This record gives sequence, structure tokens and C-alpha cells, in this order.
Amino acid sequence: MPDNLIRFEDLSHSYMQGSEQEWLALSGINLDIKRGEFVVVLGHNGSGKSTLAKHANALLLPTRGKVTVAGLDTKDEANVRSIRQQVGMVFQNPDNQLVATTVEEDVAFGPENLGVPSSEIHARVDAALELVGMQAYRLFSPHHLSGGQKQRVAIAGMIAMRPNCIVFDEPTAMLDPVGRKEVMNTILDLNKNEGITIMHITHFMDESILADRVVVMQDGQIALEGKPREVFSQVDTLHRLHLDVPQVTALADRLHELGFGIPRDILSIDELVSYICRSE
Amino acid sequence: MAMFKNITIGQYIPGTSFIHRLDPRTKIIAAFLLIILLFMLRSFIGYGFAALFIFGIIYLSRLPIIFVLRGIRPLLIIILLTLSLHIFMTEGTEILRVWFISITIEGLSRGVMMGLRLVLLVMGTSLLTLTTSPILLTDGIESLLKPLKRIGVPAHELAMMMTIALRFIPTLLEETEKIMKAQMARGADFESGNVFQRAKNLVPLLVPLFISAFRRADDLAIAMEARGYRGGEGRTKFRELKFAMHDVYSIVFVIGFVLIISLFF
Repeated sequence: MPDNLIRFEDLSHSYMQGSEQEWLALSGINLDIKRGEFVVVLGHNGSGKSTLAKHANALLLPTRGKVTVAGLDTKDEANVRSIRQQVGMVFQNPDNQLVATTVEEDVAFGPENLGVPSSEIHARVDAALELVGMQAYRLFSPHHLSGGQKQRVAIAGMIAMRPNCIVFDEPTAMLDPVGRKEVMNTILDLNKNEGITIMHITHFMDESILADRVVVMQDGQIALEGKPREVFSQVDTLHRLHLDVPQVTALADRLHELGFGIPRDILSIDELVSYICRSE
Repeated sequence: MAMFKNITIGQYIPGTSFIHRLDPRTKIIAAFLLIILLFMLRSFIGYGFAALFIFGIIYLSRLPIIFVLRGIRPLLIIILLTLSLHIFMTEGTEILRVWFISITIEGLSRGVMMGLRLVLLVMGTSLLTLTTSPILLTDGIESLLKPLKRIGVPAHELAMMMTIALRFIPTLLEETEKIMKAQMARGADFESGNVFQRAKNLVPLLVPLFISAFRRADDLAIAMEARGYRGGEGRTKFRELKFAMHDVYSIVFVIGFVLIISLFF
């Protein structure tokens, strides 16, 4: 089994190709997503991060370059079904991705499309709802759920398809803080306990602290890449990219500049507290 | 102004009665046969049997009779109009004459029959929607239309459209309310003026609503594609409809009833 699940090779994409409004959204992206990895893609609006996400399951095809999922080229029509089963996708608007009138039927929608036999669909729906903690709501209609709950149902709908990887395209952007927390906890649980590869697209810095790797995008290119600690210690570069570092990192950075013996790459409040207490 | 908060779609009343538990296809077929029967009946005795049949179902469904009768109210004007047109416009043996209006025996009996036909039609079909959830109704229609796929009836697509409509009606109503509030906050008036003015005032409401509905449709299409949707081909069903023994009995009974009544009355 290859170590790389999703491979973007020299990927470029332009919208409205051939017309006057042609616009290059991605240029020359090289990125490998490893099996079991939790990768966060950061970037402000228009940086190309959503376009990148939609290449991971053949919703968009490369204008130049190549994208492969477990060795399958997304450009080949015959691979699309297998790719969509392997790479699930959860979108920003919780309302516009639920199809059916009850929670359990919505979760069953993906397996139905894959042609899974009815009895197995029932088992998968049960397991998926259990995993996201929504089994009590199985007969609810989606419009009676909160935003966070709807996103968890959408996630359950992906899990029921048994994917290797789930791409999250700003799933928390339209949620309140409670909903954001629910969804982030579910995502972390999927990665740590179920071994599902996660590609999480967001513009919230603090959602990336627990990632294995952070990719920062700017103008359709990868501007920074590395472990969260490496990326966030480059406070000046991030500011130049119009991105904020997590609050606690910003504070540590200011303290460092003022000459206190505190490192610049602090990511959590606990960490900062322990440094401050030690330097007393 | 939570006007759309408790909206129910369709008029389904959940229950566990014999009628509720019948396969939706059984009920659709029975309702269909009943409609045909009502158009074939020629005598009051026939209508009496049909009424008996419907009241029998109401009894079995354990629904309060008032729910079934409620369906008639919106059609009251049409029923009365049909009734009076037949009573006053039919020629035959005169029994009463006021100025130039004459009432005939033939007119009276035909008018009452027409009225009965409409009332029983409405009652019969509302029994179907009162005892069957919209989801099961959709499944039943899809399953019944499946054999017609060969002659080009898009059975799966029709069912998918119904499902999506049912799913998004509450969402769009919520959105309508939001837009109305936003516009009322800026001085829009949806409540005064005559019919035409009110209709005109709705235009600024409909434009944003349509734009947002199209955006939703676009998002939903992408989400469905991402979940492997490629139309009805090679798709399995989460909920499979199954004819039980009581469905077979019911259908045989309804067919027998319709045949006998339509032949003799």
C-alpha cells in the first residue's frame, strides 16, 4: 500500500478557461497527503484552498498537472466512483448538503448510491450515527437540528461510505462556538481513533494547533508548510499573508520581543503558563 | 412572528392502526380504484356503498372523523357551485318554479349525486395522505412507476424531486421569514393595501428568495455528486417496501368491492 493517499503533482487550475475572465486559482501545487495524517490547509478568502479541496475527489479536474488518490488518476472517468468512495467531503453550509427528510435516510444516501445491500446499509447507518453521537436524532428532520448537529449528520453520511479520507471544506465557518467545538471534536476523534485521513480547510488558526501538518496558501500557491509549531513561530510572515496567529502564540511572540525568556513557538495556554511560572 | 414555526407538510397524522400499517402501494392503488369507482356510479345505492366503504376505513384508521371532513372545506364553494348548476340547469320534470328559475327532479338528483361524488373523492384521497407519511408516499409512487420506466417515465427522478422538495420546504420558509423581517425592519409593508399592491410588495421578497434557492440548488448538486450520486442506476434502497399478507387481502377485497359495486349499481 503506498504511503501517500492523495498526491497533488504540479497542479494548476484556472476557472472559465478560454474566456476573458479566465482566472488562475491554483498554480504549481505539489502536496502529498499521507495515510492517517491530519493536514490543515489555511488561507484567507480567494487563496485557492477550496479549489484545492475540490480536486481531492474529482469534483474539479486539473487544468495542468495531476492528482492521484491511492494511485488512481482523478482525470480518468472510470476511477471517479472509487475515488468518491475513498475521499468523502463535508462542505461549509450545513443546510445545503443534506438531501433526505430524516437523519437516518440522509446518512443512508451515500451507501445507497454505492449500491450497498439494504441490510448492510442499516448496520452502517447505526455505526455512523453512533460514532458522531447522533443516534438519538435518527428520526429527526434536518431542519429541527442545530448547525453543529447538521454538520455531524453530514459527517456520519461520509463515514457510512467507509472512506479512507474526509476533506472538510470550511465546515465550521457558519457555526456558533458550540457547534464549532462539536465538529472539531468529531474530526479529531475520526483521525485519532478511526484512523481516517483528514484534510481540513479553514481560516480559523486555532483549529490547526493539533494538526500533524499545516499548509498555508496564498494566491493559489503554497506559502508555508510544516508542523504547526514551525509555521506559527513565523509570526511576521503570517501577518504578511494577512493571517493571524493563535492568540496565545501572538502573546508569546510579543513577550519574546520584549526580552522575556519565552520561546516564540508556543501553541497552547498551558504551555505559556508553564513557561511563565518557570521564569519567575 | 413565528408564523412558519409549526408548519406540517402534507397532513399526515402518525398512528399504528391497520390502515397506517398497510404498504403505501396498497393504499395508493386502493385510492385509485376508489376514484374510478366514483366516476362509474350511477345510482344512490352505489354512492351509499361507497360512503359505507369510506366510513369503514375511517373507523379502521382510528382517525377522528373531523380530520377527514376538514379536507372538504377548501372545496366547499366548488361543491356548492356544482350542486346548484346541476339543480338549476337540468331540464326534465318540473317540481318547483320561482320566476324564471325551475327546479327539476332530474336536476336535483344529478346535483346531489355530483356533490356526493366530490365529497367522497376528497374524503377518499385525504384518507390516503392522512395515514401515509410523505416519505412512504414518495417510495410508493416510485415503486409503482418503476415499470413505466421503459416507456420513459422518470420514476426515480420524480421521487428524488419530491424528497428534495419535502426536505427544503421548511428551510425556504424559514428563509422567507428571515427576509421578510429584514425588509420590515427597513420599512417594507406586507400587510396593507389592496390585493394588487400586496402582490407588488412581494416582489422584493421573491427576488432574494429565488437567488438563494438557486445557490442552494448548486451547493446541493455538488454535495450529492461528492456522495457518489449518479442517478437511479445501480442504486439500492435503505428502506425496502414489502407486501405483507394483509396487503394482499386488502387489495383483493378492494378490487372485489369495486367490481361488484360498479357492475350492479
